[in-house]
Amino acid sequence: MNDYIISVRELTKCFGDFTSVNRISFDVQRGEIFGFLGANGAGKTTAMRMLCGLSYPTSGSGTVAGWDVMREGEQIKRHIGYMSQKFSLYNDLTVWENIRLFAGIYGLSKAETERRATEVLERLNFSSERNTLVGSLPLGWKQKLSFAIATIHRPEVVFLDEPTGGVDPITRRQFWEMIYEAADGGTTIFVTTHYMDEAEYCTRVSIMVDGEVRALDTPARLKKQYATESMDEVFRILARGAKRGE
Amino acid sequence: MRQLFILIQKEFTQIFRNPFLPKLFIIFPVMIMLVMPWVTTMDVRNVGVAIIDEDGSTLSRRISSDVRAAEYFTVNDEATTLDKAHSLLEDCEVDIILQIPKNFERNITSVEPEKLDISANAVNATKGSLGSQYLVQTIGSTLSKYMSEQGVQQASDLIAVQNRYNPTLNYRHLMIPALMIMLLILICGFMSAINIVTEKENGTIEQINVTPVGKFTFVLAKLIPFWIIGLFVVTVAMFVALVVYGLTPLGSLWNIYLATILFILGFSGFGVAVANLSDNIQQTMFVMFFFVIIFMYLSGLLTPISSMPEWAQKFTVILPPRYYIEIMRSVYLKGTTFLEIWHNFAALGVFVIIFNLLATITYKKQV
Repeated sequence: MNDYIISVRELTKCFGDFTSVNRISFDVQRGEIFGFLGANGAGKTTAMRMLCGLSYPTSGSGTVAGWDVMREGEQIKRHIGYMSQKFSLYNDLTVWENIRLFAGIYGLSKAETERRATEVLERLNFSSERNTLVGSLPLGWKQKLSFAIATIHRPEVVFLDEPTGGVDPITRRQFWEMIYEAADGGTTIFVTTHYMDEAEYCTRVSIMVDGEVRALDTPARLKKQYATESMDEVFRILARGAKRGE
Repeated sequence: MRQLFILIQKEFTQIFRNPFLPKLFIIFPVMIMLVMPWVTTMDVRNVGVAIIDEDGSTLSRRISSDVRAAEYFTVNDEATTLDKAHSLLEDCEVDIILQIPKNFERNITSVEPEKLDISANAVNATKGSLGSQYLVQTIGSTLSKYMSEQGVQQASDLIAVQNRYNPTLNYRHLMIPALMIMLLILICGFMSAINIVTEKENGTIEQINVTPVGKFTFVLAKLIPFWIIGLFVVTVAMFVALVVYGLTPLGSLWNIYLATILFILGFSGFGVAVANLSDNIQQTMFVMFFFVIIFMYLSGLLTPISSMPEWAQKFTVILPPRYYIEIMRSVYLKGTTFLEIWHNFAALGVFVIIFNLLATITYKKQV
């Protein structure tokens, strides 16, 4: 049981008559990079928001880092990092001020904040941008900074909602290097993406169609199962049957 | 505690990094205190009067010149005949026609004196009624002087009216303490509401919601900067009142600051609650304006509560600005002490609790 950082059973979220997420069940192992794929509107973000304690499930159950998604949302929040689809650091604060804010919120001491901030900035080659307003950074840099801040408190699991949307291939590559580094450090990565080359980097992937998880396995086995060369093909085969349009 | 401190630091950094906001904290109180007391006056001035003097006596000329000398009136000299005067009244060139009939002076001491005729354009009811009242007073004083010269004692001499607390009957002095509330509503209510809903629009609030920061901590961090700014703004406004109008509070400054703190606490909590329930800035602004208009007109800021219909008077009990205005006016103009109006403070305290509970309850980290 304890090997699973995320464990979900029959998790469902309805908005009125619309069932956004329909009875999904899966487990994520500690330390893996879990790709959470699906077409637009398949319910990925909604599912992720439930796991992060931002949204109450309509029914079903689940635990994240050992805490119940229905009742212990605030406990979950202590142990996770989250990077939303929309860039959501404070544009009118500097790089350093953003780091200090979120480090402070997670209860890091002043000295610890300073130590980790310096380390993060050096790793990102950001040291010269310490006092730059975040709003004036290019998108790719912003996303890298978002990730760094989402993991500043060394969470057990970090949720990334389309972290590389609109980012150039080089930065995308660097971004995935950061993800691997974090995973090597023991952080579980839960990531959604539309780039199938990124799906290949994941330990295991799940594919959501119309609010349900239709496939879940390692990329290699999925390709074998659907007798294709690439994840791209696997995704197409599964998503073709989708009823929800874009 | 460190969480709260860091969040407050963030709010202040954002506010003072904004190129526009910090300037407002000075411009708002100065402008409102400089301009509003003059324009929100209910005193009637520049009342146009046409005088039709059919008597042509010493007394009638004396009345004319006294009316001319009074500061409220502007005598229109075009009106030489009654017909002309009526057409001027119709065109709103004059507001009041004063007709002094023939033989007015001769018959004044007789059993059946001639009557002065005053007709006012009452389309603007305040100007019409107040204007003719002033006119009656002016003529009355001229007449009573004339009568006592003639050796007749007048009843009107026996009545002495004294306006207490605002001895000069200066409407501005009544408005100044109450205007401070407009400042606080604008700065503390609107700004805290807009601040929160902006975070919603930018998506930054979600990044906060996914952290373990407490609801109350977050709301408190939003409110504290506006309490400080609100107190600063009121101080600036009091300074302007002193320098420009020579008005100092008769009562204790502590009472004023206590009332101000309570009012800001309550009203910014209200702003946060409105923002929590809104999805975007338009919605927030619309709802806030709705309440602000109710507050302005029903809380006794512009018109006395005691002259409102009974149901409206009952309704004002649930309006926090009402208590704040009462405290400010009585402390400023009458020097009332805390014990005499403690119930107003208590009422504000109740609103602080209600609104801030509401602000905390309506803020949802998980939906």
